[in-house]
Amino acid sequence: MDAIFLQVLNGLDKGGAYALIALGLTLVFGTLGVVNFAHGALFMLGAFCAVTFQFMMTASKQIKDESITFFDAYKEVPYLEIWFGHVGTVLIDWVVPLSIIMAIPVMLLIGLAMERGLIRYFYKRSHAEQILVTFGLAIVLQEIIKSFFGANPIPTPAPEIVAGSANIGALFGLGDSVVYPYWRLIYLAFSGLVIFAVFAFLQFTTFGMVVRAGMADREMVGLLGINVERRFTIVFGIAAVVAGLAGVMYTPILPPDYNMGMEFLVLSFVVVVVGGMGSLGGAVSAGFLLGILQSFASMNEVKAIIPGIDQIIIYLVAVIILLTRPRGLMGRKGVMED
Amino acid sequence: MSDLKFTRRGVLKSGAALGAAGVAPSFFVRNAWAQDFTNNPGNGSSVVLGFNVPQTGAYADEGADELRAYQLAVKHINGEGDGGMLNTMTPLSLKGNGVLGKKVEYVTGDTQTKSDAARASAKRMIEKDGAIMITGGSSSGVAVAVQSLCHEAGIIFMAGLTHSNDTTGKDKRKYGFRHFFNAYMSGAALGPVLEARYGKDRNAYHLTADYTWGWTQEESIKNTTEALGWKTTAAVRTPLGAGDFSQYITPVLNSGADVLILNHYGKDMINSLTQAVQFGLRDKQVNGKNFVIVVPLFSRLMAQGAGENIKGILGTTNWNWSLTDAGSQAFVKSFGAEYGFPPSQAAHTCYTQALLYANACETAGTFYPCEVINALEGFKFDGAGNGPTEYRAADHQCFKDVLVVEGNENPSSQFDLLQVVQVVPRAQVEYDPAIFGGELGTCS
Repeated sequence: MDAIFLQVLNGLDKGGAYALIALGLTLVFGTLGVVNFAHGALFMLGAFCAVTFQFMMTASKQIKDESITFFDAYKEVPYLEIWFGHVGTVLIDWVVPLSIIMAIPVMLLIGLAMERGLIRYFYKRSHAEQILVTFGLAIVLQEIIKSFFGANPIPTPAPEIVAGSANIGALFGLGDSVVYPYWRLIYLAFSGLVIFAVFAFLQFTTFGMVVRAGMADREMVGLLGINVERRFTIVFGIAAVVAGLAGVMYTPILPPDYNMGMEFLVLSFVVVVVGGMGSLGGAVSAGFLLGILQSFASMNEVKAIIPGIDQIIIYLVAVIILLTRPRGLMGRKGVMED
Repeated sequence: MSDLKFTRRGVLKSGAALGAAGVAPSFFVRNAWAQDFTNNPGNGSSVVLGFNVPQTGAYADEGADELRAYQLAVKHINGEGDGGMLNTMTPLSLKGNGVLGKKVEYVTGDTQTKSDAARASAKRMIEKDGAIMITGGSSSGVAVAVQSLCHEAGIIFMAGLTHSNDTTGKDKRKYGFRHFFNAYMSGAALGPVLEARYGKDRNAYHLTADYTWGWTQEESIKNTTEALGWKTTAAVRTPLGAGDFSQYITPVLNSGADVLILNHYGKDMINSLTQAVQFGLRDKQVNGKNFVIVVPLFSRLMAQGAGENIKGILGTTNWNWSLTDAGSQAFVKSFGAEYGFPPSQAAHTCYTQALLYANACETAGTFYPCEVINALEGFKFDGAGNGPTEYRAADHQCFKDVLVVEGNENPSSQFDLLQVVQVVPRAQVEYDPAIFGGELGTCS
């Protein structure tokens, strides 16, 4: 029972990341009709917003390191600690949550620049061409990040106060071995909050209503005299912010490196296809579903019956869903069927 | 019909004359056949070495450090700079004027930490750039693949960072040499320290990278810990580059294990260790004992990536910049003055490999690979870090002291991440080469 509970929790937490990325992918596909293979790179750029902010906050004065006598070496003392003492140390400790403030405008600008500077020229081109150009863009962004930050993962820890694990087993009357990292619980709550915010924005605002109408029938909304394109550009920016925030908050879980976006991109595309192309609800549901299935497939008891199932479960489910429901779990008729 | 007379004296004379004529070529034209080998530099003024390191991909930082070390080695071999380990290594034939009077030049290739890419770049350096020796790499999969290619091409391969038993075990080759230690040696060195720290009654849970290095390391460490009396609760294979290991870590929580052994390296190790610590494993108590995490293969670059999580974790390493022997100090001083930070274990092994190859050519008096191999086989040397060292002729594995290290709880500098717990003497990590099988093959 303990093991099952832990794997459900693990799947939800993993699914939260899949759902956030897949949500942005679906938004862009549903509004602009663009298959954006650079979306994983946006997740990675978000993570590197946190890394950059960490570098800024830990900008240091170099002091000669007397402990090294072989050559001239220097140790670094952050200016924040020199200027503000303990307050400076606390600010550095809280760098990941604080970097959200920086990531929102930065990711919005990156999203808008990407859409206006490149993506819009490919609206009327085939999906194959869109995939090629966005995939190329993702590689360029990766290489830029690698040239600045190197190839190794960069530790970006969570604040000390939430660095440990919560004894959630006690809350549910389970054993003491049922513990779960605080930050992963925070990530799960954060993904739920962002998903709710995006849905509320689309459901309860005029802007959202126009976007939804545009997703259903872009031509008709245009004929009503509404500038749909401008709104869709903003939607691209919002999708970039969602992916970026998912990346920022993921940094304490996975020390970021330049390739982290690619690792999530393929899985997120499978999530979108399983959920149904263009379906926001489908993307979110499929994200959590596949996260949970992946976790269960990694259990030793399951792998003892079907060795290697943890490596293929997501793709196996995708094949089964597409065979039985070709439009995915919640796919709409007519989407990507022309 | 001719009238031939055979006398005993006549037959003996003819036999001696024929014998002398038969032997003569090997005295007078030995260099003539020796010249007929791949990328013979001939009468040219320079010789080209091929540095095949990961310049992109997950181990690019390690590859960059390897390349720095090779560039420094070339400088020293050519008589530039402060000479580094050339001042401490004994015996030494190099004179600081290149190799056999020829200036050393180099070309580089990118292994991308992929076997096929590594083979392609090694092939290019051999066929197009005329490299007479290939060296480098940061993965056992790559090392085994490139070693095999070099053997077929008649080119010596001086392996970089490769820790699988297979490299000098079942996949060993006559043209391949490894200075780095291996998984068996890690286990043999780590065992007594694990026993002293954690006792004989433990239950170990392995998470293992699913490729040649991971398998051999898991096997070696399991053999060691089970010989101590530890039980193996489970050994779970994880995909290379999994990123999020949480689904493999959660089953550890209620498995009854009180030791987690991470047979991961590089990015995988950074991620799995970080996540294991987040799941509270380092602070956990099982069966009345403190839960412990062990990382059998460590490097300082990985310790940097893992940050605070590495503190107090035991493992082994081939070499560490904090060693105080003359060879290590000379290398650290030279590397630090050139680049402003100390070298990694990958840099040390690559620098040493370049010097060893150059020295073997100088000793043999030729670049002819078979003669160079003869010079390397059984070569005993000192002053290159890790104490007296020998390139065992039977499997081309270097034997030297192994370091058991621990993530430093109180680092005195940003580089002081690993603390040497014990220098395990070479005799404790030696083994019979027959246990891993394989054939070196012949030099042709």
